[in-house]
Amino acid sequence: MLRYIIRRLLYALLILVSVSLVTFVLFYASSSPQQVARRNLSAKNPTPQQIEEWIHQHGYDKPRWQQFQEHMSQLFLLRFGKSDANGEDIWERIGSGAPASLLLATIAFFGSLLVTISLALAIASFRGTYIDGWGTFLCVLMMSIVYLVYIIAGQFLLGKLLKIFPLAGYQSGVQAWKFVMLPAVVSIVGGLGATVRLYRTFFLDEINQDYVRTARAKGVSEWAILFRHVLKNAAIPILTTTAAAIPTLFLGSLLGESFFNIPGLGSYLRDAIDSQDFAVVRAMVFLGTITTIIGYLLTDISYTLVDPRVRLE
Amino acid sequence: MTTLFPLLQNVLPLVIVALVVWVVVHARQQPLWAEAYRRLARNPLAMMALGVICLYGLITVLDSLQWRDTTTEEPKTVLDRLFAHVPQERTYSAPLATMTTGEPQLHAVQGWHLLGTDGNGKDVLYQALKGCRTAMIIGGFTSLLVTPLALLFGMSAGYFGRRVDDAVQYTYTVLSSIPDILLLIALLLVFGHGLDKLCYALGITSWVGLCRLVRGETLKHREREYVRAARALGVSPLRILARHILPNLLPLVIISITLGFSGLVLAESILSYLGIGVEAGTGSWGNMIDAARLELAREPVVWWNLAAASTALFLIVLAFNLFGDALRDALDPRLRST
Repeated sequence: MLRYIIRRLLYALLILVSVSLVTFVLFYASSSPQQVARRNLSAKNPTPQQIEEWIHQHGYDKPRWQQFQEHMSQLFLLRFGKSDANGEDIWERIGSGAPASLLLATIAFFGSLLVTISLALAIASFRGTYIDGWGTFLCVLMMSIVYLVYIIAGQFLLGKLLKIFPLAGYQSGVQAWKFVMLPAVVSIVGGLGATVRLYRTFFLDEINQDYVRTARAKGVSEWAILFRHVLKNAAIPILTTTAAAIPTLFLGSLLGESFFNIPGLGSYLRDAIDSQDFAVVRAMVFLGTITTIIGYLLTDISYTLVDPRVRLE
Repeated sequence: MTTLFPLLQNVLPLVIVALVVWVVVHARQQPLWAEAYRRLARNPLAMMALGVICLYGLITVLDSLQWRDTTTEEPKTVLDRLFAHVPQERTYSAPLATMTTGEPQLHAVQGWHLLGTDGNGKDVLYQALKGCRTAMIIGGFTSLLVTPLALLFGMSAGYFGRRVDDAVQYTYTVLSSIPDILLLIALLLVFGHGLDKLCYALGITSWVGLCRLVRGETLKHREREYVRAARALGVSPLRILARHILPNLLPLVIISITLGFSGLVLAESILSYLGIGVEAGTGSWGNMIDAARLELAREPVVWWNLAAASTALFLIVLAFNLFGDALRDALDPRLRST
């Protein structure tokens, strides 16, 4: 187990460096230091001298390879430094953006897990009936609607007509949950169709197993079968699919946040990309990759907790 | 490629349609496919979905066949010519309305607009139909780019294993460790905007899934008896891959392309909405939905733009989802969703 984790971590290190290299190459392919300097200098018409100075200050005049090495060593020490655009401390900005992202992502993540699993279990318990057929068809209908329509419809219905939630924006403190509810609801409903349909097949795979028939023959109630046996055994495939959502817990949803003007980490990253703020982009991509890798690792480890038969080699 | 694409853009839909027709005709001669075809033909939902796909294909072809207009010297497609007589209004007008809306002084509408007009007075039906071609090119061209790539890498990783497998796995792990949307934004910044660039960027993010699938399947087939027999008889690896393993992977690949198509169309609309999709002037449902967001806040509410674009998008995505499911049921009984 320990050897497995160590080997995985070493591989993760390689992936981390490679992702940073890809970011680095993509950045220099899309813009030059001169462009970045011109965008980020406060003066309207900077003189060539000012630009040179800015580039020198931020270390973008060194040889590319040396730059990359320096970036990497700083990133691995978690010293993200200051934003290229406004000199803001990146850690501070992450600290102020994280609560909003975390709140939104946690509600969306656990809310969606709860709703999809119960709906899928309900549909699976009606397997072979009209309810099952129409439920599955409804799922296909729902997954064919583009996410944008969910956002617009959610804002229009819940925000404008019923006035339950504010349309967009954010306010920290006690009021925060109000602003986060609409994006969370939209994200739960938007992902509902595809996920419920997928989980339904996971449950059906288990329901058709021999042990379920045995349990039923021994007179175990249908509820106990569904919750005690089927749900537990379907946990592995479900865990695998939820792993992909774990990074969003930290990074925030890039799309959701920018659509609803929530100043979380997702919109921070998007703004940084828009303003070619390389210091922020590389720090956020680095953190995002770390969380992705940790997410996958945690998933693999949690297999052993759910299923004692799984041994990690 | 950049200079070639405008020309290619109009030939492309025709090529894709021809390719699909060739595959269908060719495939019917084989027992597995003929059986699948019979199953599909018995499934009314699948046939309806196929009908919708064909309709969209037809509109795409109509919007791709073009020749120079004698008066303006501008190339115009068949679709443009069909709508040439629809007059332009001053501003918004509701579907089939006789008066415009949303301006202080209302004016009479000059033409007949089934789905109303947008803020610039353009016919919404025409705009929505213009979106077809963009969506079909995004889905079709990207699949055309991705499939050979994913097959090549996936099959060689699965079959040769060791170093090759390590390299391929490493490549897609790196790519999938970057959030998709982030990678797309970065790639589009590098490539620039445009329909072709969007296809390349979507190709880079979407080959990973298919490659993983192909690799896994090849791993399974590598140890099957028919492959071992071929190896024992001294058949070269290339020939084993091309003549023995590839035909067995094809059903799975075709199913996943069909199901992936809808994902690509959806991605295009989201990216256009974010302002990094196709350039202005190219018909796009994402751009229409983007504009509609502000229109809902107007008084009276302008809903027809949103309704037209999202319905057009919904129908094609639904059709591909349903048809993909039916295809899976028909081609691979083992994969059948219970």
